[in-house]
Amino acid sequence: MVAAAALAEAPTHATAGAALDIEQVSHAFDIDGAELPVLSDVSISVEPGEFVALLGPSGCGKSTLLRLVAGLDKPRAGSLREDEVRIIRPHPSRVVVFQDPTLFPWRSVWDNVALGLEAQGILKSQRQRVDDALDLVGLSSFRKAYPYQLSGGMAQRVALARALVNDPRILILDEPLGKLDSLTRITMQAELVSLWQRKGFTTLLVTHDAEEALVLANRVIVFSDRPARVKADIRVDRPYPRHRGDPYLADLRRQILGLLGLDATW
Amino acid sequence: MSTYSLSDGLASGAPRTSRAPWLATWIRESGVGVLASVAWIAFGLSCLWWEDVGDWSRTHSLGIAALVIAAVALFGTVASDYLGSAGRALHTRAPWLVALGVFLTLWEVATAKFAWLPLPFFPPPQSIIEVYTDDLPKLLDSVFASVKLQLGGYLIGATIGFLTGVSIGWSRAVGYWVHPVLRFIGPLPATAWLPIAFFTFPSSWSASTFLIALATGFPVTVLTWSGVASVSNAYYDVARTLGAKPSFLVLKVAIPAALPHVFVGLFMGLGSSFAVLVVAEMIGVKAGLGWYLQWAQGWAAYANMYAALIVMSLLCSGAITLLFAIRDRLLVWQKGTVKW
Ligand SMILES: Nc1ncnc2c1ncn2[C@@H]1O[C@H](COP(=O)(O)OP(=O)(O)OP(=O)(O)O)[C@@H](O)[C@H]1O
Ligand SMILES: [Mg+2]
Repeated sequence: MVAAAALAEAPTHATAGAALDIEQVSHAFDIDGAELPVLSDVSISVEPGEFVALLGPSGCGKSTLLRLVAGLDKPRAGSLREDEVRIIRPHPSRVVVFQDPTLFPWRSVWDNVALGLEAQGILKSQRQRVDDALDLVGLSSFRKAYPYQLSGGMAQRVALARALVNDPRILILDEPLGKLDSLTRITMQAELVSLWQRKGFTTLLVTHDAEEALVLANRVIVFSDRPARVKADIRVDRPYPRHRGDPYLADLRRQILGLLGLDATW
Repeated sequence: MSTYSLSDGLASGAPRTSRAPWLATWIRESGVGVLASVAWIAFGLSCLWWEDVGDWSRTHSLGIAALVIAAVALFGTVASDYLGSAGRALHTRAPWLVALGVFLTLWEVATAKFAWLPLPFFPPPQSIIEVYTDDLPKLLDSVFASVKLQLGGYLIGATIGFLTGVSIGWSRAVGYWVHPVLRFIGPLPATAWLPIAFFTFPSSWSASTFLIALATGFPVTVLTWSGVASVSNAYYDVARTLGAKPSFLVLKVAIPAALPHVFVGLFMGLGSSFAVLVVAEMIGVKAGLGWYLQWAQGWAAYANMYAALIVMSLLCSGAITLLFAIRDRLLVWQKGTVKW
């Protein structure tokens, strides 16, 4: 893999982001006694601070891979490492924004965002971080609201704030912008990029939207149908902020859609 | 959290158009209040007009009190606009005041005045008032004894039930041992233990406390358990990726998520523990409202029985009101809960 060579050259200076190595990972689920292979020999190595977008058909195993990276499940074969340390359980340095916002309905917005700091026992001294995170997603005025009082997009933003407040070294995003309206979505994309540039965390973003992947990521990985295999690993060497109309991106987009089997329509 | 009730809307939202004739408006606004006043005047007069068929000492005072209530209802209705929330409260309850006045009038006439209902079994309102004034110390003692017994047993049962439920829901090992016991013993009505309990426990008080705790504990355990067991894994995943330790998962995820179920269990436990309380007091404990009922029956003092029943129902409904108030405070995050 090209990226592996790149990692060897990468200087190990102290960045906020962590390196992530996914090595020959295969995974399967047992459904009614039958084995359902979901990931097949997936190897990806992500440099510290890289923004990697994962694209693939629905149900191919993207969320499953993210769960493995988070340490919520163990792979059937292969290994995952964060900065050369094997991932065996969840750790707040790798925070996930799940496909569903899964806010805790019994906690107010503020308390939801404070969850990570509270779980790590550092909330008392760091309350300001919660306020900052809420500011960031533009929901300061909803701090006292309960999740049932939020719209779908607002709930998704709270989930994002809940992740960001922990200053993760690897931010794992499972279609976090999927439920937003297109306007908020574009704003949040810009926010995400500037945040990533400022903080330098490594980002793993699953998305259905090739354009979103190209606007945000410096690397796009395309998966095959289930069981997921890495079908293509595309570098996007374009400065930020990127423009949607950029012919270079449009070209890449056509290429990606082709890989996803949509070339006939585009 | 604001709740919307229809009568609030009618009271405050009705437009006062100047074109409507003022009399029609006034009748619509105050008619029920006036009617309530009339009903209570009727009750008061029914007390004072005819002679009692029996010998009751509070008839006159009751009649006067009814007339006072009628006056208050009338004044409250007329001055409703100036009385603020008290006026609004009176306004929303006026239909009930009418019904109550009519019911009391009929009751008075059917018992004390013409004895249409057989007398010792259907005492008139004034004889129940008589119980409250003349037998107050004994009644209060009984109330105190009942509340003490119920509260002790209920708190013990609820605490143990809650802890057991959380443990079964959380730990497979605890579930393995406790679940069969729960299945075997739980469905047994707590009253079935009565004879054994009164022999084996050192005092009838400890025996009844045990039975009340048992009656409370079973539903609380089962519902807490089912609440903890039904917590979505997604919540645990979120908490774990944010660095939560197992204690955090239990205290800050499992328990709050299970709380709505827990309150259903507490509510059911309250109901079944009332039943045990009364039976235990009737059979073994020489105090409390159950015992008072039993004692009154022994003397064929029917008025005392009705008086005790009324107190009992006020206490039970008060306990449930309190439980629901606590629940509404703790579960503000839930929408669409039943208001008690
Ligand atoms: N806990 C589980 N038990 C059994 N099968 C599972 C489980 N989780 C996922 N699967 C299966 O694994 C496959 C991949 O699921 P996954 O959620 O990773 O897909 P995905 O790529 O994220 O899809 P989408 O883009 O629609 O979210 C699916 O076929 C699903 O049925
Ligand atoms: Mg998914």
